[in-house]
Amino acid sequence: MEPTVHHYLVLSAILFSLGTFGVLTKRNAIVIFMCIELMLNAVNLSFIALSHFLGSMDGQVFVFFVMTVAAAEAAVGLALMIAFFRNRESIDVEDFNLLKW
Amino acid sequence: MYDKLWLIPFFPLLGCVINGLFGKKIKNEKVIGGIATGMMVLSFAVSCKMFFQLLGDAEKVHQVVIGSWMSVGQLHVDWGFLLDPLSAVMIMVVTGVGSLIHLYSIGYMHGEEGFYRYFSYLNLFVFAMLMLVLGSNALVMFIGWEGVGLCSYLLIGYYFHKKSAGDAAKKAFVVNRVGDFGFLLGLFTLFYALGSKGVWTINFVEIQENAHLLGNGSLVVTAVTLLFFLGATGKSAQIPLYTWLPDAMEGPTPVSALIHAATMVTAGVYMIGRMNGLFAMAPDTMMVIAIIGAATAIFAASIGFAQNDIKRVLAYSTVSQLGYMFLAMGVGAFSAGVFHLMTHAFFKACLFLGSGSVIHAMHHGLHHAHLHDDPQDMRNMGGLRKKMPITYWTFFLSTLAISGVPLFSAFFSKDEILWWSFASTRGSIGLWIVGALAAGMTAFYMFRCVSMTFWGEQRTNPKAKDHIHESPLVITFPLMVLGLLAVVGGYIGIPALFVKGWNHFEHFLDPVFGESQETYHIAIREALAHNHGAEWGLMAVSVALAFAGIAVAVTMYKGKAEAPARFTAAFPRLHRAVYNKWYVDELYDFLFVNPTKRLGTFLWKGFDVKVVDGIVNGVARLIGAISRGLRGIQTGKVHNYAMSMVVGVVLIVGFFILK
Repeated sequence: MEPTVHHYLVLSAILFSLGTFGVLTKRNAIVIFMCIELMLNAVNLSFIALSHFLGSMDGQVFVFFVMTVAAAEAAVGLALMIAFFRNRESIDVEDFNLLKW
Repeated sequence: MYDKLWLIPFFPLLGCVINGLFGKKIKNEKVIGGIATGMMVLSFAVSCKMFFQLLGDAEKVHQVVIGSWMSVGQLHVDWGFLLDPLSAVMIMVVTGVGSLIHLYSIGYMHGEEGFYRYFSYLNLFVFAMLMLVLGSNALVMFIGWEGVGLCSYLLIGYYFHKKSAGDAAKKAFVVNRVGDFGFLLGLFTLFYALGSKGVWTINFVEIQENAHLLGNGSLVVTAVTLLFFLGATGKSAQIPLYTWLPDAMEGPTPVSALIHAATMVTAGVYMIGRMNGLFAMAPDTMMVIAIIGAATAIFAASIGFAQNDIKRVLAYSTVSQLGYMFLAMGVGAFSAGVFHLMTHAFFKACLFLGSGSVIHAMHHGLHHAHLHDDPQDMRNMGGLRKKMPITYWTFFLSTLAISGVPLFSAFFSKDEILWWSFASTRGSIGLWIVGALAAGMTAFYMFRCVSMTFWGEQRTNPKAKDHIHESPLVITFPLMVLGLLAVVGGYIGIPALFVKGWNHFEHFLDPVFGESQETYHIAIREALAHNHGAEWGLMAVSVALAFAGIAVAVTMYKGKAEAPARFTAAFPRLHRAVYNKWYVDELYDFLFVNPTKRLGTFLWKGFDVKVVDGIVNGVARLIGAISRGLRGIQTGKVHNYAMSMVVGVVLIVGFFILK
């Protein structure tokens, strides 16, 4: 059976949901971070699939942007994580609670 | 000719400004007093010139407009002055008596702290009083009306470090406020009522000319005049608003003489005279005025019986004499009322200044002996006749005048009033009886006063006795002039009964009052107009009453103080009631002051603290409570934020998908 655009989109939705679930449930900041990457790549997958399906290059161009942003985000996020770890000796998000009343 | 009229109030204003701004730097009492008195004399000189010019002029009513004040819709107000016989008499009294009192003050206030302040206020007062009497429209008059009230307040409270003086000043101000409210309402009503007849004016001459449009005896005229009369009762200390005047004696004595005897308190009488055209059309109001006047005359006289403070006796006497003037106005004897106003200004100023001279000497003597007796209490005086001959004689002559002893000034004016109160078309026998009784009572309490102060043995503490001397010339000179006027001041208005055609005063004022008296039939009743027997008879009765009062006072208070003591012992309750001024102050406290205070306390503690503050604090507390509830969702946990974002996205996307 030839995989159709439908299958790709379902896969993408499953990956996105997994990522979301990870973000909401995991306590280790690095894992949350990886889950976010997973969500981004789920979106990338649907971009590529739709790009191929519609015969347009726009979606693929967009993927490059997403990857750039993801790289920048990874750099900033990891830096934050290191800074935080130096302060608290932990990267557990339960300890990320300074911004409350 | 009359365009220099503005100079009359200008000079006192100039004096006020000079002393008010530079008095503290000048320091020298002679210079300060000289400036203030000099300005008064200048003003008096201009007044004399205007007066005599008017005397020789055929045209008796002159208006001088300096400039326009305001023009709003139908209301046009000028800075205008009005010189007619009535205001001419008033400016002569105000500047003449005022000059003498200024001169006297230089001696009396010698060494007082704030000497310059005193003279500045006194000049300001005269300025305001002159604006009041010269103003050609009701608003200019109102400036003066409020101005004299302000100066009265300032001068009563001159010794402001004494609580009683501050309280008295506030009382005078607040009570006058009630009257002024009536004045303003009357003015507004009049303006509107005349305007609705097509004449928008507050000019006195035009009011006088157009008053008939409102209709003789109509409701609106009665209302307007009653409101104006309410204003007059405040300023001129009549029942029910008289209570401030006796307390006003807290001020320096010359102030009592100038403001609370000779000039300001007569403003109400003057105002009624000024608007006689209106008042003549309201017989009901005139009746009210006559009754209030007569009642005040006898009521205040009765309080005068038992006062021991020499100034308080004179204060109640002033209230009583003002009652006479209102009685005169009420029965339509306008010129007699103004005549009594003038003679009263002479003899009462003289009496007050005389009492000031006594107090000055007593104060000096007691101070010298380091005693703290009350220098105003007549029980500490007695036998001052030998120590202070000039003061005594002037005081005595003025007492004869106020008592209505024949041939003294007030005899003529008072008798004219009594005759009118009996025989006028608006008079009645009841008014005459009250008036005549009050005359007898006046004679009694005044001779009691003379007797306790000047006759008999000296009751002053022996240590102070020898330090009591006659006052210096600067004090006695005004006394002598005023004493002379108290004797002869009445000769310009001798009633026709004695010398036909000699009532120059009435004749002079005729252009002001004659027309309304004629139009509204205010005159001596036909049946009595030529009944000289009745006039002589009534006069004999009132004179007899006066002499009876004198005789009783002399026998009671001459020699030992047994008779009064026995009387007091026989009627303790009556004496206490009279001594305590019939408890009127207590009654007013009960009826008005305390409820007002309670209302104030309620508004403060009940309304302001609970309602106003409650609303303000409630809003804050409500917002606080909402915030407390809302801040629970700001947990600081990334999971929760992420969760809410996801839920939000799901909801929004779900909404658009399912739509």
